[in-house]
Amino acid sequence: MAAASITSYASPSYLYYRHTLPVRIMHWTNFVALTILFMSGLHIFNAHAALYWGDSSYSGRPPLLQITARDGTDGEPIGVTRVFGREFETTGLLGLSKYPNGEPNQHAFPSWATIPGGYSLAMARDWHFFFAWIFVLNGVAYVLYSLFSRHLARDLAPTGRELRGIGTSIADHVKFKHPSGDAAKRYNVLQKLAYLSVIFVLLPLVILAGWAMSPWLNSIVPGWVDLLGGRQSARTIHFIVAWLLFLFLAVHVFEVLISGFWNHMRSMITGRYRIKTGA
Amino acid sequence: MNPANKSKRRLLLGAGSLGALLLTGCDRLSETEWFPKVLRTHETLSRSVHKLLGSRPSMAQEFTEADLSPFFRSNGTSMPEGDEYQALVKSGFADWQLEVGGLVEMPAQLSLAELRAMPRRTQITRHDCVEGWSAIGKWTGVPLSNVLSLVQPKANARYVVFHCADAMGGSLTPEYYYESIDMDDALHPQTILAYGLNGTDLPIPNGAPIRLRVERQLGYKHAKYVMRIELVESFANIAGGKGGYWEDNGYQWYAGI
Repeated sequence: MAAASITSYASPSYLYYRHTLPVRIMHWTNFVALTILFMSGLHIFNAHAALYWGDSSYSGRPPLLQITARDGTDGEPIGVTRVFGREFETTGLLGLSKYPNGEPNQHAFPSWATIPGGYSLAMARDWHFFFAWIFVLNGVAYVLYSLFSRHLARDLAPTGRELRGIGTSIADHVKFKHPSGDAAKRYNVLQKLAYLSVIFVLLPLVILAGWAMSPWLNSIVPGWVDLLGGRQSARTIHFIVAWLLFLFLAVHVFEVLISGFWNHMRSMITGRYRIKTGA
Repeated sequence: MNPANKSKRRLLLGAGSLGALLLTGCDRLSETEWFPKVLRTHETLSRSVHKLLGSRPSMAQEFTEADLSPFFRSNGTSMPEGDEYQALVKSGFADWQLEVGGLVEMPAQLSLAELRAMPRRTQITRHDCVEGWSAIGKWTGVPLSNVLSLVQPKANARYVVFHCADAMGGSLTPEYYYESIDMDDALHPQTILAYGLNGTDLPIPNGAPIRLRVERQLGYKHAKYVMRIELVESFANIAGGKGGYWEDNGYQWYAGI
């Protein structure tokens, strides 16, 4: 390991300008906004910790997901999560956890995962909607920039050749093999497809499902929320997509960690990415 | 320990403490005087954009009998305390009078029978609570616009305030529930003073004898147990000054989102 590092440091390399300033600014704005949206969203979910399908929550059908606390067999409260009617004990994490001071917390998600930490639905809504505006404006700016600067066509759209080579790219990812030399200047095809699905599928869907929960926006074109299956379905979709985005973040951070953390951090802060040529 | 592992451990520790810092940072910011005000700018922003998109005639979705929730959940107060309300319950609200005053040309007192004799509207709508749940109910009542044309609002009347019979919280001096809406919502065809739910008289847990329906906003705007309606130019001098019981407790006055 140590020997390998010495070789790579000794091999010729240069800094390549990989990320433009607007992309870097919008990347970090998006990161901060999405983190706060996710955590304040979990807080809002805590106000009614159940998900349904359809228009209403009281349709006679049981919830799809429910996180709550109930008395266990020994009379002590336990945290439980019910998914499609199946119950799992989740004490310590979901349904019943502890505040930092050791007091029991019977909200669905633990206080360390929510903004604010202590329960305040009104404050969580303020955090959520303020950063929702930042997130949407930033997203619109990003899409416009990507179209007009050709960032989208040049850096994100996969070529036919890349798509045909998707098998190799999958194999490389499984083996944790990362591109070097000129190939490291570009996003690989799986990376491109992941970014495109987040930018053009998941993020628009999470916004749309969020809007579908606003009774005022519902009234602009009555019935449009039915396209998402009704308001409670929209709330369920909003929740699921939020967790898919979290999953994306986890994989994204993992890939950054294993493919040269500081190199990636420098390139997303200063724009410059070190390309090794002698490897 | 091998140096590569050591630097990875440092990285993880760093990420962990950064996360902790972010969390305490957010909580600290929530407690300052100025930051919540910055956050709250979203309310004006959303409200202005929503008003642009949905002017007065934009109608809330209406449903069919098949969509009705088997029971309509009661939230908050389900039986107001106090002798006055209990006496009204005993008489079947026969002695109840709705007082309509404030900035109006002709203040009025209306009995339940008088309200029932006025034009009525029945609508099957979805009730969305700020907590996240929804229920569908069939509401029957008199459009607020009919009541307002009876009392003739003065030109400077900007808000309609609903004073309710239910005392909230456990404090020694009772804080009565109240709400307020602007004239756009007050004159909206779906804004009604409902005295019927699902074909029966409005049950006590749902706000008997009348509750407000203001269909393009969240549940807490739909004041229950309405006793008095007051037209005002500003609600700054009423109770906590934020335009409603929940608003005085930190919630947004504009509840269209």
